[in-house]
Amino acid sequence: MFSFDLLANGLVAGILLGGFYAAVAIGLAITFGQLDIVNIAHPAFVIAGSYIAWILNSRLGLDPVLIGVLVAPVFFFVGAAIYRVYYAAFERTGQESLSGLAFFFGVMFIIEVALILVYGVDYRLVTTGYIGATIEIGVVGIPLRMLVPFLVASALTAGIYLYLSRTFMGRAILAVAQDRLALQLMGADPVRVKQFAFGLAIATTAIAGALLIIIGPVEPSVGRQYIGRVFAIVVLGGMGSIPGMFIAAMILGVAESLVASFMGPSWAPAIAFGLLLLTLAVRPSGLFGRQ
Amino acid sequence: MKISVFWSSIVLVFLAGLGLTQSAVNPYYFNALYVILQATIMAVAWNILGGFTGYVNFGSAAFFAVGAYTSIALDKTLGLPLPLLILAAAAVCGLIGLGVGYLTLRLKGVYFAIATLAMAIVIETFINNWSYVGGARGVYILTPEKHLWFDTYIEMLFVVMLGLALAAVAISRQLNSSRLGRGLAAIRDDELAAECAGVPTLRLKLVSTTVMGAMMGVAGAPYPFFVTFVDPISAFNLFVAVNAIAMPMIGGTAHWIGPVIGALLVGSLQEIITVTISSELNVLLVGIMLVLFITLAPQGIVGLAQKLRRRFFP
Repeated sequence: MFSFDLLANGLVAGILLGGFYAAVAIGLAITFGQLDIVNIAHPAFVIAGSYIAWILNSRLGLDPVLIGVLVAPVFFFVGAAIYRVYYAAFERTGQESLSGLAFFFGVMFIIEVALILVYGVDYRLVTTGYIGATIEIGVVGIPLRMLVPFLVASALTAGIYLYLSRTFMGRAILAVAQDRLALQLMGADPVRVKQFAFGLAIATTAIAGALLIIIGPVEPSVGRQYIGRVFAIVVLGGMGSIPGMFIAAMILGVAESLVASFMGPSWAPAIAFGLLLLTLAVRPSGLFGRQ
Repeated sequence: MKISVFWSSIVLVFLAGLGLTQSAVNPYYFNALYVILQATIMAVAWNILGGFTGYVNFGSAAFFAVGAYTSIALDKTLGLPLPLLILAAAAVCGLIGLGVGYLTLRLKGVYFAIATLAMAIVIETFINNWSYVGGARGVYILTPEKHLWFDTYIEMLFVVMLGLALAAVAISRQLNSSRLGRGLAAIRDDELAAECAGVPTLRLKLVSTTVMGAMMGVAGAPYPFFVTFVDPISAFNLFVAVNAIAMPMIGGTAHWIGPVIGALLVGSLQEIITVTISSELNVLLVGIMLVLFITLAPQGIVGLAQKLRRRFFP
């Protein structure tokens, strides 16, 4: 039975969900889209961010978003250190395609299993004032636990977009994506630029992780469901285009939400991958990609 | 006629396996050996694409699970015997390998890797919603009464798996040293140069994804009879995929013996750690070994052995 209320609620929920997906995917748009580093472990860092938000929230009672912002600098240095290892072991020797992929796969696996070993497979959640509250507009209900991540994610996306297009370092990151050699000839060190960009990308996962655990309870293997989503978003968005990524995240969010409303939630995980396979088969350069 | 060392050792290993079933050993060993042999087939299969051709498959668990579910579905509908189930699983998984390869292998290698991850989740969602084979609840399989002349069913399953593993090793060795294998190595080293030199790159890549898929399906087909309960979580276990990548990487990917060494070594180590310490720790250990080996010894154990030999016997 088709119902207009269900459609309206599904659309709104999808847009809110899509905004949150943008926060999860933006780091990958930098690493995979700009730096050409296939960081499969990206969602695992998001889960690590969720767990840190859970620990600090349950011990100190801090707001999850605040925790995400506070933890981001730590993640920045972790990311920079990982890029150092990646560069020394693979990029310098030209083995990034096979060994680099397997390396991040191993990192993902280690993060997930370490979380399981330490904290078990129980679902963890955070408590704040706004989780549970809902704004009603006509027939559409907007839960605050979705609205807050949407707003934070939109701010994060706008911030990263402005940073990349307006600042010196941001433009250097875009430049290293386009022509590494030219950047070197201008007297900048591409390795340092990439190290900074990778750190920045991992820093965003601290915030994305905090948003994830606001939306719902988290356990270590949840990250795997996000691998397909984030790659689908980045590829569909045109590899590294931030506005394209945001629109692709919206498309995926709405598609998943409508499928969950009308066909049942157990089919939702396949949407991202279906979208990804379709994009790869039909238009690999994505919606907004350079041909 | 010159007797090949390789073929005589294949025959000897098989006879030793048969002999083991006749001696009175603890049945646990057949379970442990079955797991190791299954991992060997997966590692050898992964290496045909990953090691020989240089394309990373993250969806090994999906091929394995499709093999397992093919045999569940056919066992339930037609009650086919095990050898036919294995053949059917090989056909289905080979076709899936061909299809995914055809869709993505014309693009950069990275897309193939991501597409295999994607495929794993799509198929898992499909199985989760397919109630005939148990859906998300899982399905129980009755072990058949017949087990030829063997004392127990697990002994027969062990011998079947031993035969399959030896066949996989033989196929992998043939591929490695054949004209096809040289074509694959050319693709791995420089795909553009290979294409220019007249190597039919797309066709060779499709052959290797098909063989890889079929072999993984074969490894999965007897799995339902081994565990007797299959659900999507256990069949699509990430651990299967990690093992399939870690074992060839640790053993060494360039040579056909690499994944065999890796699988035997890591597989035995896993069994020992699972029994003596804990199974979670063993999972973590594989991840750490994988990362350590690819950062510090990218050529694996085979590469280390070659380096040592060159130093002491120049």
